[in-house]
Amino acid sequence: MLDRIVAICMLLSLILYALMGGADFGGGIWDLLATGPRASRQRQAIAEAIGPIWEANHVWLILVVVLLFTGFPSGFAAMMTALNIPLTAMLIGIVLRGSAFIFRKYDSESDAVQRRWSTVFGIASLFTPFFQGIILAALVTGQIRLVDGQVVTGFLAGWLTPFSLACGVFASGLFAFLAATYLTLDAQDQPDLQDDFRSKAIWSGLALAPIALGVLLTSKQDAPEMFQALTCWWALLLVAGTSLFAFAVLAALWLRHFALARMAAVGQVTLILVGWSVAQYPNLVTPDVTVQNAHAPEPTLRLLVLALGVGAIVLLPSLAFLFHLFKGKESRESRSQS
Amino acid sequence: MSNFFFARSQMAMSLAFHIIFAALGIGMPLLMVIAEGMYLRTREPVYLDLSKRWAHGTAILFAVGAVSGTVLSFELGLLWPGFMGKAGAIIGMPFSLEGFAFFTEAIFIGVFLYGWNRLSSFWHWLSGLIVAISGILSGIFVVTANAWMNAPAGFKIVDRKITEVDPIAAMMNPASLHEVLHMTLAAFVATGFAVAAVHAFFLLRDGTSLFHRKALGIALAVAGFSIPLQILSGDHSARAVGRLQPAKLAAMEAHYRTQSGAPLLVGGIPNDATRTTAYALSIPGGLSFLLANHFHARVTGLEEFPEGDWPNVRLVHWSFDLMVAAGMAMLALAVWSGWIRWKREPPADHPWLLRALVAAGPLGFVAIEAGWVVTEVGRQPWIIYGIMRTQDAVTPMPGIAVPFVAFTVLYVFLAVTVFFVLRRQFLETPGTAPGPSPN
Repeated sequence: MLDRIVAICMLLSLILYALMGGADFGGGIWDLLATGPRASRQRQAIAEAIGPIWEANHVWLILVVVLLFTGFPSGFAAMMTALNIPLTAMLIGIVLRGSAFIFRKYDSESDAVQRRWSTVFGIASLFTPFFQGIILAALVTGQIRLVDGQVVTGFLAGWLTPFSLACGVFASGLFAFLAATYLTLDAQDQPDLQDDFRSKAIWSGLALAPIALGVLLTSKQDAPEMFQALTCWWALLLVAGTSLFAFAVLAALWLRHFALARMAAVGQVTLILVGWSVAQYPNLVTPDVTVQNAHAPEPTLRLLVLALGVGAIVLLPSLAFLFHLFKGKESRESRSQS
Repeated sequence: MSNFFFARSQMAMSLAFHIIFAALGIGMPLLMVIAEGMYLRTREPVYLDLSKRWAHGTAILFAVGAVSGTVLSFELGLLWPGFMGKAGAIIGMPFSLEGFAFFTEAIFIGVFLYGWNRLSSFWHWLSGLIVAISGILSGIFVVTANAWMNAPAGFKIVDRKITEVDPIAAMMNPASLHEVLHMTLAAFVATGFAVAAVHAFFLLRDGTSLFHRKALGIALAVAGFSIPLQILSGDHSARAVGRLQPAKLAAMEAHYRTQSGAPLLVGGIPNDATRTTAYALSIPGGLSFLLANHFHARVTGLEEFPEGDWPNVRLVHWSFDLMVAAGMAMLALAVWSGWIRWKREPPADHPWLLRALVAAGPLGFVAIEAGWVVTEVGRQPWIIYGIMRTQDAVTPMPGIAVPFVAFTVLYVFLAVTVFFVLRRQFLETPGTAPGPSPN
C-alpha cells in the first residue's frame, strides 16, 4: 500500500513537473523559434512569464528523483546505470538552460550577448525534454533487463529505438504546445503577441497528432507490453479522453477562450501521463523492476509518506501564493499599469 | 587511468563546484535580508539599494547552485549505483526533506526577486527571511546524509542484507551535529569574507562610497561573528572525528604511531613507507591535549589499521593544515576589524585592513574546499565508513572519462561566466546610490 502511495506521489510530481517545468522548456523552444518583427517582444514576454516561477517549477523534477531513490532505491540504481548516457545529456541540458536564462537576465544588454545566451537557452530547452521523453520511453521498452539486481543489457538498450526517439520528439512538441497555450494568457494585454502565441499553439497542437500516432505505431514493435496495455478497452477510453481534451484545446484557442484552452491543455497533459503510468504499472523498468520488488523497507516508506504530507501543507500554500502573485488576475492588472 | 578514478574525479569536481554556490546560497540570503531589514528600520535608501544588488548576486548564484545540485542528485546514481541502491532507503529521508526545504527556497526566492513592487515591504522582507532559513535547512539536511556516510547508523546487517532500517536514527547519526554546525558556520564565514573582499576592493578605489561602506559593515559583521564560533566548532569536530573515525583523524594529523603524549604535527611530509613525517613543526603533547585535554593521553595512530584502509595521508594532512591555517588567518582579520570597531572607527578608513580583506576574500572558500577534501578523502577507501568500499559502489558504465571531461569543461565555463556577470553587477554600482523609490 505504502509503496503505491509513494509511486502515486511520484506520478503527481511528474505531472506537475510536465505542466510547470515542461512549459518553461516550451517557452525556451519558442524563444529559439521566435522570428519576425515581434521576435524580441515575444522573447521578452516568455522571459517575464517564466522568470519568477521557473526555479520552483524545476524542483518538481528533484522531488521525483528523491522520491525515486528513497522509495525505490534499487529501481533508481538500475535506471541510472542503464540510462547513464541519455541522463547525462539531459543534465547538461538542464545546466545550460538554467544558467543561460539567468546569465541573459543579468549579463550585458548588448544585442550580441543577449542573442548568444538566448541561443544557448533555446537549444538547451529543446533538447532537454527530448532526452526526458527518451528516458521515460526506454523504461517501458522491455529491453533493459536485470539479473540479480544488476543491469545486464549494457548502456544502449531501450533508448535508441524509434519508439523512444518518437517519444523524445513528442515530449519537446508537447511542452512547446503547452507553453504556447499558457503564453496566450500571459500576453493578454498585448493582442498582437497573443495572436502570435495562439497560432503557434494551434500549429504545434496539430503537429502533435502525427507524432502521437508515430509513438503508438512504433510501440508495437519496440514496446510491446506498452502497446498491448494501450490498446485494451480502458486504455482506449483514456486515449479517447486525451484526444477529446486535445480537440477542446484547439477549439478553445480557435474561439479565443484562452483560459479554457489552458485548462483543457492541463487536462490533456495530465491524462497522457496518467494513461502512460497506468499502462506501465506495476513496472518501474519493464519487466524486471516493479513497484513491489524495488520498494524501500516499510519504516522508510512510512516516514516518506509522512514527510510528503507535512511537506504538502507547507508547499502547496506557498506555491499557490507564488502563482497568485505572478499569474493571478491582479498581477496582470498591475503589470499593465506599470 | 581507471573508470573508478574518473568516477571519483567527476564526483569530486561536481561537489567542489557545487559547494561554492551552496555556501553562497546559504550566506547571501542572510546578507540581503539584513540589508533590507536595516532599510525597514532606518529607511535609508542605500540599504534598499544594497539589498537589491545582493539579491541580483543571489539570483545568479542560486540558479547555478540549483542546476549543479540537480546534477549531483543524479550523479549519486549515475556514478555510485551500488551505493544508492543499498543506502537510498536509509539516507533518502534527509534528501527528501532537503527537497522540500529547497522547494520552499525556490518559491520564495521567486517572490523576493520579482516581488519588490508587489508586496508590502514587511512581507517582502519576510519572504527573504524564508529564503534564508530554508537555505540553511537544505544545507543541514544534505550534510546529515554525508555525516551518515562517515558514521553510519540506523540499520543492521544480517547475512549481508540491510534490515531494521530506521531513517531517523540514520539522520541523527553521531557525526551529524558536528558536521552540520561546522558546514553552516563555514557558509557564513566564507560568504562574509568573500563579500567583504569585494566591497573592500571598491573602497580602496573610492573610500567615500556610502554604498560600499555599509556593505562592508554588514559583511564584516557576519564574518566576524561566525569565525570565532567556527574555530570552536572545528575543535569540537576534530574531537568527534577522533572518536568516530580514528583512522581519518590520524591521517589529518599525519600521526602514524600510537603513543601517549602525542605531538601535534604542523605541515611536513608524511611518508607511509617509513611511517614518519619529516620536516613538520612538532608541538609536544599537542595532539593529546587537543583531543583529550591532557598532554599525556594516548592517541591511536594509523599503524593500528591495515594499510589498505588508509586514506591518502599526505592529501588529507595538507588539506587539514590548509583549512586550519585559512581559519586562523580569518580569525586574525576578524580580531583586527573588531579592534578597529571597538575604537569606534569605521574599518573602511583603514586601507591596510581593506587590502588584507581583499587578499583574504577567497580564504573562506579555500577552507571549505580543503575541509571537504579532509572529510571525503579522509573517509576513503570507504563510501560508507567501515561498511562499503567506494570501489564496490562504482557504476559498471565504461568511459566515465567522457562525462568527467564534459562536466569539467562546462563548469569551468560556468565559473568564468559567473565571475564576469557578477562583476558587472558591482561595476554598475553607483558610488553614492540614488535611492530607488520604495514601492
